[in-house]
Amino acid sequence: MIPVNLLRRLPIIVTASLVVLLYLAGNSRYYGFNDPQVLLNLFIDNAFLLLVAVGMTFVILTGGIDLSVGAVAGFTTMFCAWLIALHGWPAPPVMLLALVVGTTGGFLMGCAIHYLGLQPFIVTLAGLFLFRGLAFVLSTDSVSIQNDFLTNIAQTRIPILGYRLSVGAVLALAAVAVAAVVLRYTRFGRNVYAVGGNEQSALLMGLPVARTKIGVYTLSGFTASLAGLAYLFYTQSGDAVIGIGLELDAIAVVVIGGTLLTGGTGNVLGTLLGVLVLGLVKTIISFEGTLSSWWTKIFVGSLLLAFILLQRFIRFRFRAPGEVV
Amino acid sequence: MTKMLERKPATVLKEAVANRRALIRHRLFWPVVALVVLLATTPGIYRIGIRGGHLYGSIIDILLYGSPLLLVALGMTLVIATGGIDLSVGAVIAIAGAVACTQIASGIPFVVAVTTALVIAIVLGLWNGTLVALLGIQPIVATLILMVAGRGIAQLITSGQIVTINSEAYKFISGFWLGLPFSIIVVAIVIAATASVTRGTALGLLIESVGGNAEASRLVGIRARQLKIMAYAFCGLCAGIAGLMISSNISAADSNNAGLWIELDAILAVVIGGTSLLGGRFSLAGTVIGALIIQTLTTTIYTLGVPPQTTLVVKALVVIAVFLLQAPRWREARS
Amino acid sequence: MLRMTGVSKEFPGVRALSDVDFEVLPGEVHALLGENGAGKSTLIKVLTGVYRADAGEVTLDGQALHITSPTQAREAGISTVYQEVNLCPNLSVAENIFIGSPVRWKKMRGEAKILLRRFGLNLDVQAPLGEYPLAIQQLVAIVRAMRVKARVLILDEPTSSLDRGEVERLFTLMRRLKQEGVAIVFVSHFLDQIYEICDRMTVLRNGTVVGTHPVASLPRGDLVRLMIGKELGALAELTEHIREARGEPLLQAQALGRGSAIAPFDLEIHPGEVTGLAGLLGSGRTEVARLLFGADTPDAGRVLIDGVARSLRTPKAAIANAIAFCPENRRAEGLIPELTVRENILLAVQAARGWSRRVTANGIVERVIGELDIRPSNPDLPARDLSGGNQQKVLLARWLITHPRLLILDEPTRGIDVGAKAEIQKLVVGLSEEGMSVLFISAELDEVLRLSHTIGVLRDRHLVAQVPNTPELKTEITEMIASGAAKS
Repeated sequence: MIPVNLLRRLPIIVTASLVVLLYLAGNSRYYGFNDPQVLLNLFIDNAFLLLVAVGMTFVILTGGIDLSVGAVAGFTTMFCAWLIALHGWPAPPVMLLALVVGTTGGFLMGCAIHYLGLQPFIVTLAGLFLFRGLAFVLSTDSVSIQNDFLTNIAQTRIPILGYRLSVGAVLALAAVAVAAVVLRYTRFGRNVYAVGGNEQSALLMGLPVARTKIGVYTLSGFTASLAGLAYLFYTQSGDAVIGIGLELDAIAVVVIGGTLLTGGTGNVLGTLLGVLVLGLVKTIISFEGTLSSWWTKIFVGSLLLAFILLQRFIRFRFRAPGEVV
Repeated sequence: MTKMLERKPATVLKEAVANRRALIRHRLFWPVVALVVLLATTPGIYRIGIRGGHLYGSIIDILLYGSPLLLVALGMTLVIATGGIDLSVGAVIAIAGAVACTQIASGIPFVVAVTTALVIAIVLGLWNGTLVALLGIQPIVATLILMVAGRGIAQLITSGQIVTINSEAYKFISGFWLGLPFSIIVVAIVIAATASVTRGTALGLLIESVGGNAEASRLVGIRARQLKIMAYAFCGLCAGIAGLMISSNISAADSNNAGLWIELDAILAVVIGGTSLLGGRFSLAGTVIGALIIQTLTTTIYTLGVPPQTTLVVKALVVIAVFLLQAPRWREARS
Repeated sequence: MLRMTGVSKEFPGVRALSDVDFEVLPGEVHALLGENGAGKSTLIKVLTGVYRADAGEVTLDGQALHITSPTQAREAGISTVYQEVNLCPNLSVAENIFIGSPVRWKKMRGEAKILLRRFGLNLDVQAPLGEYPLAIQQLVAIVRAMRVKARVLILDEPTSSLDRGEVERLFTLMRRLKQEGVAIVFVSHFLDQIYEICDRMTVLRNGTVVGTHPVASLPRGDLVRLMIGKELGALAELTEHIREARGEPLLQAQALGRGSAIAPFDLEIHPGEVTGLAGLLGSGRTEVARLLFGADTPDAGRVLIDGVARSLRTPKAAIANAIAFCPENRRAEGLIPELTVRENILLAVQAARGWSRRVTANGIVERVIGELDIRPSNPDLPARDLSGGNQQKVLLARWLITHPRLLILDEPTRGIDVGAKAEIQKLVVGLSEEGMSVLFISAELDEVLRLSHTIGVLRDRHLVAQVPNTPELKTEITEMIASGAAKS
């Protein structure tokens, strides 16, 4: 009999195994796959997804969802590009301002969800339209930026353990680390789990539900605009189409990482593994050369299905006596 | 409040005029007002002429280009009424177009190609329904799977190319018949069929019951599973037809862009029309008005010469306005 | 030490509490008893800050308390553990006890273990709470209350879902708390348990206190009489109660049971007879009804209809066997609130027929609205707009038009005015005279006695006996409900 402890962690164990499996498969099949830069590129190329997914993890843990993150990221890039390139503002305050705007957007959505009692799906959908639209209003074309400060950051490679990561990747990994600490060791983090587990109970237990719920959406707005900045470093331009579809990828990696969409269960380590899975799939497909990009979508969809079925199975198997799952 | 489609418009209007407060409280009041305001601000909205043997004008444009959205929103209404949601309609649209065009391009007769496409669309709907009703998977997630994988499948079918075809019959789908856009005739038929099936039989009532109170419905002996599967299959069919319309419009299958993000517009249309996302009472008329509002928005912006990129912002503001107005109803429904 | 004096609370149209005096001493387990609508839950809600009393005061150790929210109540030292155990099943045991305080995992785990052991529990504190059965979760909820140094612990129906062993565990914990000087308010209807663990009891009826007695000095029969409250004098006989030839039973339940919800029972229902279920609230009457309707799945026993074993595992199966069920909780389990009265009434008939063939109403809705005097009589209003009593009638109408052979009514007259009550009672008699069987559940014993041909007596989740309704029964039945029965 498999020990209960292990069974509880089964989803994330499966994800971790999948990462290892994919890496080994890639290694055995392609020459040059085992260059450590390949692994590091995973983080560099998927930094934005990771950032957004970290915020999304918080939201989903409370049982909500945030469809606006891709739009906020895209808006952030356009906002910065517009102010820096087209209006000559200095970069650092603009970037700060962009973070404030994105975070405030998240805050307002959180308030609407909690105080007006509206469904997260709809509220963040409106947010998606609003931010994406505003980005397009600023400019329909991409705006490239020539700015020393920005270029400096974009080209900076931070040495870690002898290898070199981009600023965006470091930001993303730092976000994961901070999020992990917050979720595990702060009252806010534990309240997130409580609210996701049973909001009514959390309220009766005297926990600050309002602050927690609004907090996660604010956080999601923050990480989304941070992701926008990461895009900025990566492409050195602003474009309203950046981040289209990012929210779906984020939801997918969060689910693959073992977080339940109903809330209350999951962690950012799983999300990190989920991003690695996605990144490895994309890398393998690009190494393969003959496989076209749409296989990524099919593969991710199938993975999602497999993980959902696994989650279903586990909940069914471990349901309380008399509980209907 | 009685369902609008069950009583004669004349009776409804008469009673409404006599009972103005009830009119304002009617859940379709604000959406209709919004639609009328939007239409009024479109220059030359009442200009309808004949050109090339068919009707021509802004209203015709709205109806023609809004047909796919109307259809998808219709299917989405029933799914939402059961308490679910379908995010995969865009992917189904792409697959339908891809299947039809690749078949026609390789010489398969038009009728066979179109039928295959629609059958596949229904099967995809059944897939969603099975995941939700039989396996108990949350609708958002279940349909997210097809949303992600489905577009990949569509691209696979067309090998990533835009498959252009040259078929008179196919072009006809987005063409005109008896002066009117053929697609709007199709939409009208589907609306009429849906209304008559849901209201003429007890299907609508049972769906509303399941979405309105699942436990009470179980204790009355309603079999929710069957109903849910049917709703998702119907949604798939609607998406399939919409997919044929969209690809017929460009006489090609563009798997990258066909139906992209249409699910969000469709969900919006349904909710604006008064159907609650939580399920229960639904309104086909409301969905039609909601879809027309969204389509009119796009057309009006275009004809007004306003930069099209503002469409999204305006949509967002409309959404926010409608929800703030409906917010008290939300609370009431949730209590 | 906790004292409530002269507490009153009124809601529009009903006086929930009138001048209630209630006190609990440290180290005492004080039972709070009363039937539905007696005011128990209102009293608890006033104590815990969910409601504000209109009059009267609450003092703790002589100091007046002004509690306006559950959090305040907790801080004042009054903790409540509800039946549904308001904890988070996804969090670990330790965390459920400590959440709200700064996060120190090791300390938390250690202290949790110590705390639990103090109360006789040995749990894996790192395991998610949801992996433990409800009984254990309840105990953890109590431990959480103790961590915040509760001086008064209110247990709201804690044993409803527990089996004998789990109840014993709870009592052991309660005895330890007693030793520590905690005052415990024990809200329950399980008489045996009250006599086992409680020191004193207070009985509420219609919002007033009808008596506060030491448990030792009040025999059970007197207690039941206090609660039910009327001398069961001569009741107006509506019909001949004893029938000569009953014929074959329509339905026989043989050793039908479901876990700790209801012990395996035997029950016979004959055509044209009203079978009443009598017993205190919580004794298992609704559970019996639900099993017979397939609303819950039995884990023991079988049901015979017309002598043939039938599988009644779903409502649909029961309906196909011409059984109908009006649930007690009409809002959550009966009505579809946003649908119209007409739609709600036609729903059962329609569901049986399937979706493809629409039921042609042909005035049936209007007729039954008239027969039952449902107000307002407009069938196109949303059902949620009707008053509670009328909603009940809508449910009744729904099932009546399916012409069932067995109609199960769970508290059909609750919340209905006197006139309508009489109408429904007359209706029940009329239906039985027409040959329909009725299973009639009511908290009002005299109603059950008045209408039933045969009565099943329930106590503490056991169906003790099924007896014919004789004139002698009315004196015996309170003793039957109160007396200790051999547990099967």
